[in-house]
Amino acid sequence: MIEAINLTKRYGNLTVLDEISETIHEGERIVIIGPSGSGKSTFLRCLNCMEDPTSGSIMFEGADLTDLKVDINLHRQHMGMVFQQFNLFNNKTVLQNITLAPLHIGLKGVRDRAKRAQIKADIEANAHRLLQRIGLDDWADKYPSTLSGGQKQRVAIVRALAMNPKVILFDEPTSALDPEMVGEVLDLIKQLAEDGMTMVIVTHEMGFAREVASRVFFMDGGKIMEQGTPDEVFGAPQCPRLKEFLSKVL
Amino acid sequence: MDILKKWGVFWEKFGPGGAWERVIGEGLLNTLVIAFLGLLIGIVIGTLIATVKVMPKYKALPRILDKICSVYVGFFRGTPIVVQLLLAYYVLFPLCGINIGSLNTCILVFGLNSGAYVSEIMRGGILSVDGGQMEAGRAVGLSYTTTMLKIVVPQAIKNILPTLGNELIALVKDTSVVSFVAAVDLYKTFNEIGNRTYEYIIPYLCMALIYIVLVALISLGIKLMERSLRKSDRGN
Repeated sequence: MIEAINLTKRYGNLTVLDEISETIHEGERIVIIGPSGSGKSTFLRCLNCMEDPTSGSIMFEGADLTDLKVDINLHRQHMGMVFQQFNLFNNKTVLQNITLAPLHIGLKGVRDRAKRAQIKADIEANAHRLLQRIGLDDWADKYPSTLSGGQKQRVAIVRALAMNPKVILFDEPTSALDPEMVGEVLDLIKQLAEDGMTMVIVTHEMGFAREVASRVFFMDGGKIMEQGTPDEVFGAPQCPRLKEFLSKVL
Repeated sequence: MDILKKWGVFWEKFGPGGAWERVIGEGLLNTLVIAFLGLLIGIVIGTLIATVKVMPKYKALPRILDKICSVYVGFFRGTPIVVQLLLAYYVLFPLCGINIGSLNTCILVFGLNSGAYVSEIMRGGILSVDGGQMEAGRAVGLSYTTTMLKIVVPQAIKNILPTLGNELIALVKDTSVVSFVAAVDLYKTFNEIGNRTYEYIIPYLCMALIYIVLVALISLGIKLMERSLRKSDRGN
């Protein structure tokens, strides 16, 4: 589904990603772990070109996303992204946060009044359904500043879901949360995993990684040093860097 | 009492059936029209320039636009507004064979001038919006421009409203030079009264008073707006 080919990212002389080639298949739940500065977030952000790779390609559904002629916006509609800092639109209500992009895309080029109203109603109904699912439908008309961190992040996840993405990229979704709110966000992500959503997750929550992942990447120094099922990576780590890392975090 | 006599002379010209209708209906009105429409045009131009200024500069087009904007801002900030008015009214428009009247010329020039200043204010406002807002917009597949217009700029405008109020105050005061190009404003109408009575003290004092009251009212408006914005920040 997503294929990184010789993906390299440099900032000046600093090589953050070093010739990574990896394929992520449909239905996989990839969890990326590794020490700070190992390039895991950069790798994730390169997958939807939020960071432009210095060289190499990202193939998504047959298109090379690093090609400037490819309409990146079109492909990003199928790749949800959830940020560490939530990044809800501050000037929009919770409902508008969810419906903004679907409305913008759904109404494009539609002139007929009745049809526009129908599309709008459908999209809003879907947003309410998603909000009900996370128990925040009562908050639909509130602004993000009134929500707790955990609520914000769940709305952000639902915002990504509203686009019916083929894959969701999670960039340390619980790192900015108070400890008591981590659980509600992880539970939601686990639900999505059970529904069969393809996802790539960068996280420091090792227990969660072990539980939800179908494949774990251990990154260090801009390379994927080791990968495998959670049991392989956590149960029988091979490379010394991974052993050292796990001994510190577990 | 000398001052009472002066007041009597002034009131005779200004009072019932006198020049007050012209002062309010033309002078004050034009002053406000030029300032408000000028600011409106300025906000539109300023937003466009600021957007160009903060655009990523990988491609050639943004770089060219950036150069054009720099020249524009350099000109309008580098010359006095009177010079710009004179150039437009007596040089540029006659050369091009355009005649839109002095009031419209003033609105246009004040708009163009204000655009240069608003662009800097707006650029600061856009930069004050957290970068994550743009990222989130791009991540759901919205284009740079759409995200800018729907997410970033509205938040930027909210951040800079108080500063825009100051720009409006500056504009209101700057309009007092429009009689250079034969437009009628507050100054012009009071000056006419003085010219007819050879008595300038009272007309000019009244004029100063009206400007002070105008500015005070605008300041009050800004303060009220700020307060209601803070309330909406605290939550709904």
